[in-house]
Amino acid sequence: MTLDWAHFTPWASLSGGLLIGLAAGILILGAGRIMGAAGILGGAVDPRPGDVGWRLWLIAGLLLAPSLLMLFSVARAPLIETSWPALILAGLLVGFGTRLASGCTSGHGVCGLSRLSPRSIAATALFMLSGFATVFVVRHVLS
Amino acid sequence: MRNILSLAVGLVFGIGLCVSGMTEPAKVLGFLDLAGLWDPSLAFVMGGAIAIGLVAFSFAKRRTAALNGEPMQMPTARAIDRPLVVGSLIFGIGWSLAGICPGPGVVNVGFLNPRALVFVAAMAIGMLAYKLVIGLRLPAAGPIGQDA
Repeated sequence: MTLDWAHFTPWASLSGGLLIGLAAGILILGAGRIMGAAGILGGAVDPRPGDVGWRLWLIAGLLLAPSLLMLFSVARAPLIETSWPALILAGLLVGFGTRLASGCTSGHGVCGLSRLSPRSIAATALFMLSGFATVFVVRHVLS
Repeated sequence: MRNILSLAVGLVFGIGLCVSGMTEPAKVLGFLDLAGLWDPSLAFVMGGAIAIGLVAFSFAKRRTAALNGEPMQMPTARAIDRPLVVGSLIFGIGWSLAGICPGPGVVNVGFLNPRALVFVAAMAIGMLAYKLVIGLRLPAAGPIGQDA
């Protein structure tokens, strides 16, 4: 294993992680809800009466975050290089898979691990594992 | 109150994702590529988030109501069942094809990135497809709060 020192950002990533944990902490202690992006989006796509508004406000916050950051000119626009067909397939799999698994990187990976939930520990291990395997196949077998 | 709080949470979550580098697919893929040049940044994001999360959830677990008076909706499911396993494996494949998971996908729409918009639209269709497939087999959805 070779470390990618040129792209490794320990401090920025740790600080960003602390902010993500802070957001999750505010939501669970303040409103009693789990900060899982897939769960929040899923409940907005397939709404239940009386349980939609807060999801839309949270999604609005996510959408406005780049603009707020750009006021201080520190945000870098992302570069998405995946081809269109692969991007659509990726979106479909992420949407379906996270609903089936009841969570994603934030719901299971951040909140679930913070709760020490065995279910979330299993989920995180499995999506990491299939992520490692997929990248290996795409980058080192197919190309 | 809940709406303002949710907006603030979304902003802090989104800014955290940007600062951490997780809105950059290349950084996510750099973590998942163990056989190439490996970028461990994602582990630091998780570590930072969980460090705060452990404290917050240890308080939350001891409460029955949130500070705004609403019930604490802590997930109740315990079983490591087939949907969890299969769903996580499917999610991992999609996540690593594009280097985008649900949170960063939405934030990247906020950057007005057309590719992110297509990803999020496909993700919404995937979520609706789940409802169609599973809705046909299960009569009722589980209680609110089961979603992690």
